Amino acid sequence: MKVKLSDNKDFLAGLLMVAIGGIAFYMALDYPFGSALRMGPGYFPRVLAGIIIAFGLYVGLRGLRTCEKVEGVWGWKALALITVAFWVFGWLMDRVGLIPSLVAMFFISAAAGHEFRWKEVIILTTVMTLFAYGVFIYGLGMPYRLFWWD
Amino acid sequence: MEMFSNLIFGFSVALSLQNLTYCFLGVFVGTAIGVLPGVGPLVTIAMLLPITFNLAPIPALIMLSGIYYGSQYGGSTTSILMNLPGETASVVTCIDGYQMARQGRAGPALAIAAVASFFAGCVGTLLIALFGPPIAEMALKFGAPEYFALMLMALIAAACLSSGDMVKALAMVVLGLLLGIIGTDVNSGMARFSFGLPELTDGMGFTIVAVGLFAVSEIVKNLETKELGEVFTSKIKNIMPTLHDLKLSLGPIMRGTAVGAFFGTLPGTGPSIAAFSTYMVEKKMAADPSRFGKGAIEGVAGPEAANNAAAQTAFIPTLTLGIPGSGTMALMLGALTIQGIAPGPQVMTSKPDLFWGLIASMWIGNALLVILNLPLVGLWVQLLKIPYRWLFPSIIMFCSVGNYSVNNSAMDLYLVGVMGILGYVLVKLECPPAPLILGFVLGPLMEENLRRALLISRGDPTVFFTRPISLGFMIASVLILITMIMPAVRKKKIEAYEGGGG
Repeated sequence: MKVKLSDNKDFLAGLLMVAIGGIAFYMALDYPFGSALRMGPGYFPRVLAGIIIAFGLYVGLRGLRTCEKVEGVWGWKALALITVAFWVFGWLMDRVGLIPSLVAMFFISAAAGHEFRWKEVIILTTVMTLFAYGVFIYGLGMPYRLFWWD
Repeated sequence: MEMFSNLIFGFSVALSLQNLTYCFLGVFVGTAIGVLPGVGPLVTIAMLLPITFNLAPIPALIMLSGIYYGSQYGGSTTSILMNLPGETASVVTCIDGYQMARQGRAGPALAIAAVASFFAGCVGTLLIALFGPPIAEMALKFGAPEYFALMLMALIAAACLSSGDMVKALAMVVLGLLLGIIGTDVNSGMARFSFGLPELTDGMGFTIVAVGLFAVSEIVKNLETKELGEVFTSKIKNIMPTLHDLKLSLGPIMRGTAVGAFFGTLPGTGPSIAAFSTYMVEKKMAADPSRFGKGAIEGVAGPEAANNAAAQTAFIPTLTLGIPGSGTMALMLGALTIQGIAPGPQVMTSKPDLFWGLIASMWIGNALLVILNLPLVGLWVQLLKIPYRWLFPSIIMFCSVGNYSVNNSAMDLYLVGVMGILGYVLVKLECPPAPLILGFVLGPLMEENLRRALLISRGDPTVFFTRPISLGFMIASVLILITMIMPAVRKKKIEAYEGGGG
């Protein structure tokens, strides 16, 4: 059975390892290597990066032979929304306080689910925001303002 | 007996009102979250870890370990009632537990799981108290070469013995080591892999990696497919197992505890392989093996004892050597580090209140589990009905607020997003994240010990093979690698992980 390279599980895994190892090795070239007697800051990283590249080549080439497909579907939309939810939460926390940040986080992450029911999301956001206030601010005493005017 | 005076000292720490409260909270929250379908112990700990940094070290550790075995136990409840294992260790419990539930015997199944876990937990706790001190004492004599060789062996064993592809697991260990050395090099003061971000010069935050790799990847994976299955909610009556049930379960509980205690101490194996092995042992020993898979109580009692015993004894290498054997133990070790405690054999002598208090609290926690779980089964069943679309945003909330609270920095949240993407892609490509976190925790230690070892030997790498203890670890590492490459052994391993249902 023919499997496209972009669906080939091991080929992609190998590619990722080689890419990460390659970048790490390239960056580590800036750090002095030293010698075995006096390991420099570049010694360990370069050795590790080399090992990852070797593993990556092995796994990637094996993938070309075994041709196993990635199982299931990719949840790109869910992944993107959840990632953005984290980013937006962090960005807003520095600017507008806990409650607006939580509201934004809940709406964005809830959109990652299969169905988005407005009423449910509003109730969930309200309940969990109150819960967060109770646990984090009141219970654990975290020093965050609730709104931008606080 | 020194052990008993130590244990009594431990109980005096653990029984203080504050610590008892955190133990209770940990067990309760752990069980409640562990019961939720699709939320296993790793996700539970990863999401609650940052929040415990607001506590002092002892209550934080007590609460975290409570969360750990609470969520483990909660997972069994879900397996029995829903046929949905939260993690690999409870897959086995599903087989006969769910069948018992379908026959209207969910009560006895839950009760025997509780009793088996409690018994195994007690034995596990005693074993830690018994073997912890001598192991730590031995480890105190280790020099840098021994430590490096020991870590190498632990990482290789963890990668080889865990389920899935060995080569990928080894690669993940190395990737973890690489991520672990992000930050300022202690010797030269040089910032490595910091991408120009001042936040990264202190190293990549442990909780960032934990949340990204375990929580985000798990949530996105759950969202790929439709909502999870229906709850089995026939009324639970007759919690008490019959005398006959107890008689049948006694042997499996004993054997399960022994098997579990053994596997728990090995790196990479832990609760899941312990549960599978016990199931196979019980099936072989049974007078009528055909009952297995159709609601045999032995098939619940044995594996439940095994996975709980393993969950306890996994603390032995973590607490005495500072070397974790599994993803969850790596999280525990990370928690210690962030609390400012350098893990290793010196913890027992420098922080006896932490060590013995934690052990005593484990016993208390296990007792609380039994007391909590049987009367609260009704509540847990209600929790099972919460749809996943309400759960996952709430998990993300805990992860977000928790990670923000560690440094009060938005950068940490941006990095969580990046690690989440990496975690999900790795999981999709079947690169296991647990070996990665092990490497991540051990990365800086390994580099430091390698550096020191080579300094002692004046740059001669044969130092690892000329010192007897270090040579022993090296030989063991090579043996593990060789045996795992042999096709016959490899087939056995796959059977051990997948054959439980056979």
